[in-house]
Amino acid sequence: MNTKKTLFDKVWDSHVVQHIENGPDVLFIDRHLVHEVTSPVAFLGLKSRGIKVLHPEKTFATADHNTPTINQHLPVADPLSANQLRMLEENSNEFGISYWGLGHEKNGIVHVVGPEYGITQPGATIVCGDSHTSTHGAFGAIAFGIGTSEVEMVLATQCIMQTKPKSMRINVEGSLGRGVTPKDVALYIISQLTTSGATGYFVEYAGQVFRDMTMEGRMTVCNLSIEMGARGGMIAPDEKTFEYVKGREFTPAGAAWDKAMAYWETLPTEEGAEFDKEITFNAADIEPMITYGTNPGMGIGISNGIPQADAVEGGVATYKKSLQYMNFSEGDSMMGKPIDFVFLGSCTNGRIEDFRLFTSLVKGRSKAPNVTAWLVPGSHQVEKAIKDEGLLAILNEAGFELREPGCSACLAMNDDKVPAGKYAVSTSNRNFEGRQGPGSRTLLASPLVAAAAAVTGKVTDPRELMELETA
Amino acid sequence: MAYDKFNTLKSSAVPLPIENVDTDQIIPARFLKATERKGFGDNLFRDWRYNSDGTEKKDFVLNNPTYNGKILVGGKNFGSGSSREHAAWAVYDYGFRVVVSSFFADIFRNNCLNIGVLPVQVSAEFLDKILKAIEADPKATFEVSLPEQTITIDGSGESEPFDINVYKKANMLNGFDDIDYLLNISEEIKEFASDRPL
Repeated sequence: MNTKKTLFDKVWDSHVVQHIENGPDVLFIDRHLVHEVTSPVAFLGLKSRGIKVLHPEKTFATADHNTPTINQHLPVADPLSANQLRMLEENSNEFGISYWGLGHEKNGIVHVVGPEYGITQPGATIVCGDSHTSTHGAFGAIAFGIGTSEVEMVLATQCIMQTKPKSMRINVEGSLGRGVTPKDVALYIISQLTTSGATGYFVEYAGQVFRDMTMEGRMTVCNLSIEMGARGGMIAPDEKTFEYVKGREFTPAGAAWDKAMAYWETLPTEEGAEFDKEITFNAADIEPMITYGTNPGMGIGISNGIPQADAVEGGVATYKKSLQYMNFSEGDSMMGKPIDFVFLGSCTNGRIEDFRLFTSLVKGRSKAPNVTAWLVPGSHQVEKAIKDEGLLAILNEAGFELREPGCSACLAMNDDKVPAGKYAVSTSNRNFEGRQGPGSRTLLASPLVAAAAAVTGKVTDPRELMELETA
Repeated sequence: MAYDKFNTLKSSAVPLPIENVDTDQIIPARFLKATERKGFGDNLFRDWRYNSDGTEKKDFVLNNPTYNGKILVGGKNFGSGSSREHAAWAVYDYGFRVVVSSFFADIFRNNCLNIGVLPVQVSAEFLDKILKAIEADPKATFEVSLPEQTITIDGSGESEPFDINVYKKANMLNGFDDIDYLLNISEEIKEFASDRPL
């Protein structure tokens, strides 16, 4: 029997409180992130059972899904949203959980602020009632999204009952070409595997491309793991990880840091460890990506045409329904298609590096008059960096304004809704029907592709606008 | 919270043979603002079911009186996307107790099992047989037996087994939930927690 262990095995196995034969494992959870939408019914459950939160010090609450991205200093206008936000604040107070609500300096998207404050650490188990919890896997943590019954479970017992998923390693070797970003790598992998190709698996990303990637980039890739059906994705912690984590508010310090480091350094997958499935891609095959359909697997290199129905996996009827919703035809080129909205933000691409990329391309250009652009930082810390680094001045000069942090148009629970029939080039994670507002049509892409669309008013290859020396 | 026990169900079925039905279609995000688990069935498949002015879309299956029953039959990769348990609540609240598909997204499957909706995964071939049986007779009934772990097309008697882990099966048969189990092993959890570095 192979005794070599994977990163995933090491973290999972060290958190198993109890194994149930032919059933799930009882898995201990180190960090539980809570937001306003998927928690109220869980807190109601605790109250009806008359029990407390077992480990409030391991539980962190922030408001993000429902929050407005302008005038956050004013009362929230939508009564239902306001009520949900008030419930989270009251529940946090009642159960002794730290709450970073609207107006709090640490407020922001749950998957952006977790890493920013060092809540996210290598080797940890992290859950949240949100499927993009997979983001935190960038640090070598096991992080996955859960439902509200499971939120209640973790609040009550700090444990969750889960069957151990199968393991998959995805290697991307070589170096990325000019204008190709972590978002493109993820959209490429999803387009190859389809939106359900990794269902039942936990993924480890390995290879040169991920070793070279920044922590922000790794978070973007791990974030999108769920879009190919995987419960989560993770990357072995390395010097970049430790450098990022060090010195943050909730990171261990002093002797505790040394002890943590000694453990974290043992985590990477051992040579010879086996995965249930292993796939390798070549970085040279990846170009800037864009989606043309209604799930994240429906993506193509930006210079390619929309595939014919008989060339894609799955049912023809479902495929045609999707193109009909988008009002696209088989064989269409995506380049040059007019667009109406651009959204830069979300837990996928709402970090400082994403704003740097976007700004690098719009610098010295102007927003196209037919485009409405929503630039929404993932947190106040990101917002501050945009200002401190001088990006805001460049963006303003090019005709763009910055909004306040939140999930915003990624899922359009607040007022940031794309109208029916309109096209949005979006750096978010889902292009489902109506995701960005009833009838909205979403083209998922990187911050660079979004920037190129924002200044040209149509789908444009960012490489055409990039200067040669930025290669 | 504990939920209804599930043993055997005999019912007609509602066909929705579309692949990759995501949880944003099952319940759009704008209907996630409730703070209690009530009324989600009204907005099940909201944007496929209703026009923007609130009138019914006549061609959508839930608006077709020919089809009804407690079994929803979906296409491959049912329930992908967001982890919102509200999607499972909407399915339950509308009146479905079983969802049949040839493939389920993980989180949706777990959410269903946690609230007492039984996800029944069948082969693509058997899914096709079920859909054909409904097409031939919208009143065709199916029997889903949890103790036997089988789904049967009553008309033809054809049957296929389905998987469910022993623990979850016992929970559904008895109407127990995971929290009941976890609270019972709280001493073991406490001991484990005392040793954690984080």
